[in-house]
Amino acid sequence: MSTGAATGTDPGATVEAEASARRGPTALRRFAARYRRQAPGEPRAVGYLYILPAMAVFGVFLLWPLGQTAWLSLLHWDGLTRATWAGADNYRHLLTDPELRAPFAHAAVLLLFYAVLPVAIGLLLTAALTRFRIRGMTFFRTVLFLPQVLAMVVVGVAWRAVLAPDGLLNDTLRTLGMGGLTRSWLGDHTWALPAVGSIGTWVETGLCLVLFLSGAQRIPRELYEAARIDGAGPVREFFTVTLPGLRAEIAVALTLTLVAALRNFDLIYITTSGGPGNATSVPAYEVYRRAFETGEVGSASAMGITLTAVIFALTMVVTRLVEGRRR
Amino acid sequence: MKAHRHHKRGRSCIVLGALLLAAACVPGTDGSGAAGSQGAAATAVPDPGKAGKVTLTVWDQQTRGGANAQVERLNKEFEKKYPNVTVKRVARSFNDLKKTLKLALSGDNPPDVVQANQGYSDMVAFARAGMLTPLDSYAGLYEWNTRFPQTLLNLNRVSADGKRFGTGRLYGISQEGEYIGVYYNKKVLRKAGVEPPKTWQDLTGALPKLKKAGQLPVQFGNLDKYPAIHTFGVLQGQAAGSAEPVRETVFGRGKGFDTDATREAARTLADWAKKGYFPKGANGKGYDDAAKQFADGKGAFLITGTWQLADLRKPMGDDLGFMPPPPAAGQQPVTTGGEGLPWSITSKSDHPEVAAAYLDFLTDAHASKVMTEEGVLPVVPGEAARELDPDTAGGQMFAGWQKLNAADGLVPYLDYTTPTFYDTLSADLQGVLSGDLDPDGLAERMQKEYAKFRAQQRAENEDAK
Repeated sequence: MSTGAATGTDPGATVEAEASARRGPTALRRFAARYRRQAPGEPRAVGYLYILPAMAVFGVFLLWPLGQTAWLSLLHWDGLTRATWAGADNYRHLLTDPELRAPFAHAAVLLLFYAVLPVAIGLLLTAALTRFRIRGMTFFRTVLFLPQVLAMVVVGVAWRAVLAPDGLLNDTLRTLGMGGLTRSWLGDHTWALPAVGSIGTWVETGLCLVLFLSGAQRIPRELYEAARIDGAGPVREFFTVTLPGLRAEIAVALTLTLVAALRNFDLIYITTSGGPGNATSVPAYEVYRRAFETGEVGSASAMGITLTAVIFALTMVVTRLVEGRRR
Repeated sequence: MKAHRHHKRGRSCIVLGALLLAAACVPGTDGSGAAGSQGAAATAVPDPGKAGKVTLTVWDQQTRGGANAQVERLNKEFEKKYPNVTVKRVARSFNDLKKTLKLALSGDNPPDVVQANQGYSDMVAFARAGMLTPLDSYAGLYEWNTRFPQTLLNLNRVSADGKRFGTGRLYGISQEGEYIGVYYNKKVLRKAGVEPPKTWQDLTGALPKLKKAGQLPVQFGNLDKYPAIHTFGVLQGQAAGSAEPVRETVFGRGKGFDTDATREAARTLADWAKKGYFPKGANGKGYDDAAKQFADGKGAFLITGTWQLADLRKPMGDDLGFMPPPPAAGQQPVTTGGEGLPWSITSKSDHPEVAAAYLDFLTDAHASKVMTEEGVLPVVPGEAARELDPDTAGGQMFAGWQKLNAADGLVPYLDYTTPTFYDTLSADLQGVLSGDLDPDGLAERMQKEYAKFRAQQRAENEDAK
């Protein structure tokens, strides 16, 4: 009785099947139970079927290459001849070789220019803009956001011309009578990294500002009014109303700019190729150079994996601390 | 309970991933796949006409003006000569080719003919992995050994064990010659009352005079890092007095870089930067920008390769002069130079004989004529080159090439020395120019890099025994 029931199609048979499912401890019973006994709205196994296509794409194009990179990072490989086992050698070199550590130090400096400065400037401008009405705000917003729309290569080429020894920046300085400040910005061992960094600030500030402005619009007016009635000045108002109100936007802005700072490749490639000397080499550029130019695939992979880990850790920290998410 | 089940599933995913990873075998080849290592030892000059229907896939990087035109012309003529052969050309810029060639060669269906750069990171690596066919038997049949100067053929050689560069089996032949020379602007020199230099002393003596006359003596931009290697190579050649010592070192047989010539060259380079013979902040100026400004009349001299000639000749016309670096009085000219990227046959090619005939066609006397007509400097300039007006920059370039070859004055590019020499040297020279690295420091660092690689090679040889 209990076996033939499942094939039945008439309502009576179904009821019988249900009844039998409650009774006999068969595989079929458990299978049926999964679909019939759950409370409405409880997750069902069929959900996995829905995400399968996305998971497949994710797996093939992201997880699989990531795993492969991790595997390559454990080998010495020139990209052509048979690879040899390296174990943790490549990672050990990352820690001990100053030439491999330097790019990470440079990336840390760039974090300041790419993430900290744009967020700070964005907040400052937002605080000012929310207090005063400005004519043509949409226009300014568009202009400030423009660097985000431009391809990084275009940005790099344009800034390379601006920062050249006889470029726009030095010309302007000379016209203003500050010829003593002129220098070969991208060719100076001390100034090349800050110069590249300020390009990053230029690019990312617009993004931060637009994010914060839209966030500020959602802060209820009443909060500002209440603060003013309590006698708060512009500074107090910023710290008690605007800043907490923008918490979520700051987290998003920080995440985006952090990632942009750490995976910075195109700008370095176009402007300095890591020079002068190795003053502006960054991890992402080093990965490319080692993998495609000097044939050190293992070392490049180890660097890539480490970079991935650093980005992952930093974004986790941002979500926990700034966004205040516990899980 | 539910959460627990999900955890379990997550773990099984990780286990599955780990299994898949472990299944992925060690990448790369051990070189044993090198098909018939001697290119099936051809014994007679192949006749592509009898090869049946053949499609020859060719990857080259001759994308610039004249270089592109001559390949197009020669391809068409080759197809006309052998109607059964179709040449399928894939042209990419030097950088693009360099980056994609490795993947293409390690695939199952590589092109038949490729242009693979000389040096350890390209040609030596490919030869070692057994991806290129040695051309020695064809070199005998087609008499390439007598067609090209030995010093130039050596640049395309890799030792049989695939470890050393500049000796052993022939893996490619090159079409065009190139060398670093001195471009000068006749108008700027005239304005400063300076004659085009005939000796090295003339050149160095002209620099302060030009500076005093308010002209920029030497146009130079080193933001792209490599141009300083060329300038340094010229200075080093001058200081050494002959090509031999540095060339031997580049091939790994010499005394190394800890020499007086290295120090003197570094001193001169730093000195020129300090005295303002180079533009201020040259480390921050692009190579193309510098060339453009030179063409616009900013700068009396520009030290760079023959490849710039066509681009400079167009805007400057008769004001442009060109010569190999003028030698010290009573000496022979020396400079950095060599030949264009060699054309090689891949070991998986189905038609190595047709490919060999194609290589021969690209480099014979007729090809030299076509190249000359398109403004490209052939390795072996023929009749057409001799007919050029010796007073034009083009004529000077050909005459200089003949002179350099006759005097055995070519030093290979310094970056062939080790796989990472380009990176370390170009970075260090930026330091020399900015004054952050003194000449002793440079000599020491170059020597260290050289010695490290030699030691590594020796260790590998020990392992092999």
